[in-house]
Amino acid sequence: MLEIQTHHLSKSYGPVRAVEDISLEVEAGEVFGLIGPDGAGKTTLFRILTSLILPDTGTATVAGLDVVREYKQLRQIIGYMPGRFSLYQDLTVEENLGFFANVFGVRIRDNYELIRDIYVQLEPFKDRRAGALSGGMKQKLALCCALIHRPRVLLLDEPGTGVDPVSRKEFWDMLRRLRASGITILVSTPNMDEAELCDRIALLQQGQLLAVNTPAGITAGFRRPLFAVRSDEMYRLIQDLRSFEGAADCHAFGEYAHLTLNTANEPADEKLILQYLVSQNHRNIEVKPVAATVEDCFIDLMTTTQNPKLKTQNL
Amino acid sequence: MPVIATDKLTRTFGAFTAVNAITFSVEQGEIFGFLGANGAGKTTALKMLTGLLTPTSGSATVAGFDVWKQPEQVKRRIGYMSQKFSLYEDLTVRENIRLYGGIYGLKMPEIRSKTADLLQKLGIEQEADQRVSALPLGWKQKLAFSVALLHEPKIVFLDEPTSGVDPLARRQFWELIYEAAASGVTLMVTTHYMEEAEYCNRVSMMVDGKIEALDTPRELKTQFEANDMDEVFRKLARKGLVVE
Repeated sequence: MLEIQTHHLSKSYGPVRAVEDISLEVEAGEVFGLIGPDGAGKTTLFRILTSLILPDTGTATVAGLDVVREYKQLRQIIGYMPGRFSLYQDLTVEENLGFFANVFGVRIRDNYELIRDIYVQLEPFKDRRAGALSGGMKQKLALCCALIHRPRVLLLDEPGTGVDPVSRKEFWDMLRRLRASGITILVSTPNMDEAELCDRIALLQQGQLLAVNTPAGITAGFRRPLFAVRSDEMYRLIQDLRSFEGAADCHAFGEYAHLTLNTANEPADEKLILQYLVSQNHRNIEVKPVAATVEDCFIDLMTTTQNPKLKTQNL
Repeated sequence: MPVIATDKLTRTFGAFTAVNAITFSVEQGEIFGFLGANGAGKTTALKMLTGLLTPTSGSATVAGFDVWKQPEQVKRRIGYMSQKFSLYEDLTVRENIRLYGGIYGLKMPEIRSKTADLLQKLGIEQEADQRVSALPLGWKQKLAFSVALLHEPKIVFLDEPTSGVDPLARRQFWELIYEAAASGVTLMVTTHYMEEAEYCNRVSMMVDGKIEALDTPRELKTQFEANDMDEVFRKLARKGLVVE
């Protein structure tokens, strides 16, 4: 069953086309990731799906409810955690939770089971004002407040931003447990590494959809040979690799440079690259074939897209 | 001679020790990652290294000057760039360059020639008189970095330089950083995005005011039996379990 559906959704702010013709389908019980950099249109999509802004054209439903016509019922059954911390900074942890329960007409104890795992970590600080919490703690409190009315659909806009890796890991573990309780989760992130943690992902760039698939389905779509290469001089290495015969693309990627070749040239490729780099006087060379990451695919889709708007942005 | 060298550098605020006797050095042309969780002491350490805060004890030299005795000399030889804030959005590209050139004491003819070089190098001559707010994020970021290099600093401090930008822009940006490093500039990157840490030559990890680990990303991953820097971070941070 489809829990979230958008149909040719578009939204502009003046000349800026924030979301362009986006059609998406999210199944019930999925953790679905919206992956894209700042300006991809993630937040605009969330704001349309939560009925906070109206789309210019197109339609969307959440749990079968139209986001424009049936917004009142919609707001009862969704939980939303905006990208910016939006709880009351002057209220304590406990007061914030009580306030949100009250707004939705429930008591904390009605749905405490759902948030218990998360809330126990906050309990030692329950009398602390929300504004005085650390980034990770704020995020946990915001999640509790978004869950206290037991929503059918949970919408999380960049929950990992500004949070250290320890808290981020804990947060994703929590999302898995929530999914097990049957809640559908739409979560956005600019971090390509987090794509792997979702059941399915949509790659977004400049308001447009580049691809929708499982993370494995996305990476399987990368067809050209890809190598991770390193040497002592990274800057010169990248320049040299671009001049290698058959090189399609070369970019810095962590401690390696990623080199994409136009076509596979038998297994000799690795050796040819090595020989070439030796002839260019590189030292401590390492060359190995690697599987594409979601990030490699994202770049590939960005650069091979037919859309001129996406191309000019990245000259 | 190292470009940055600290010896038991310490800073306390009342009873709280924010930076606890850190000793490390950074060589010329190195891309050095300075990592740690919120509250680990990174910001305090950086404020001392940039001459904005005096140490309680210990010492540090930056570009050969003592941060305690010669903070003004230090400030003249460093650059700073943050992806979130470095440029004035309401000023044009050209105005931003002129403003920073002026702040760092460059003379007008010098600013003019540097502006021309910079615009040409980045390929943004057409946009020179546009407000910075109208530029795509990836361009802003490259401009911010180039502006931070305008006065030919020995060291540039980069604060989460590539968070939020698309992957292609991010990789292009790291190439600019590699280029600067290859020309002898030292780069000090602070971030809590571990994918940024993977690009550094060496990284240090602060936990509770101390440097708990310092090595190449590769060595750290081996040492902590981790697949990526995220995992290294998690294993280290757990040691000094954060009580906030």
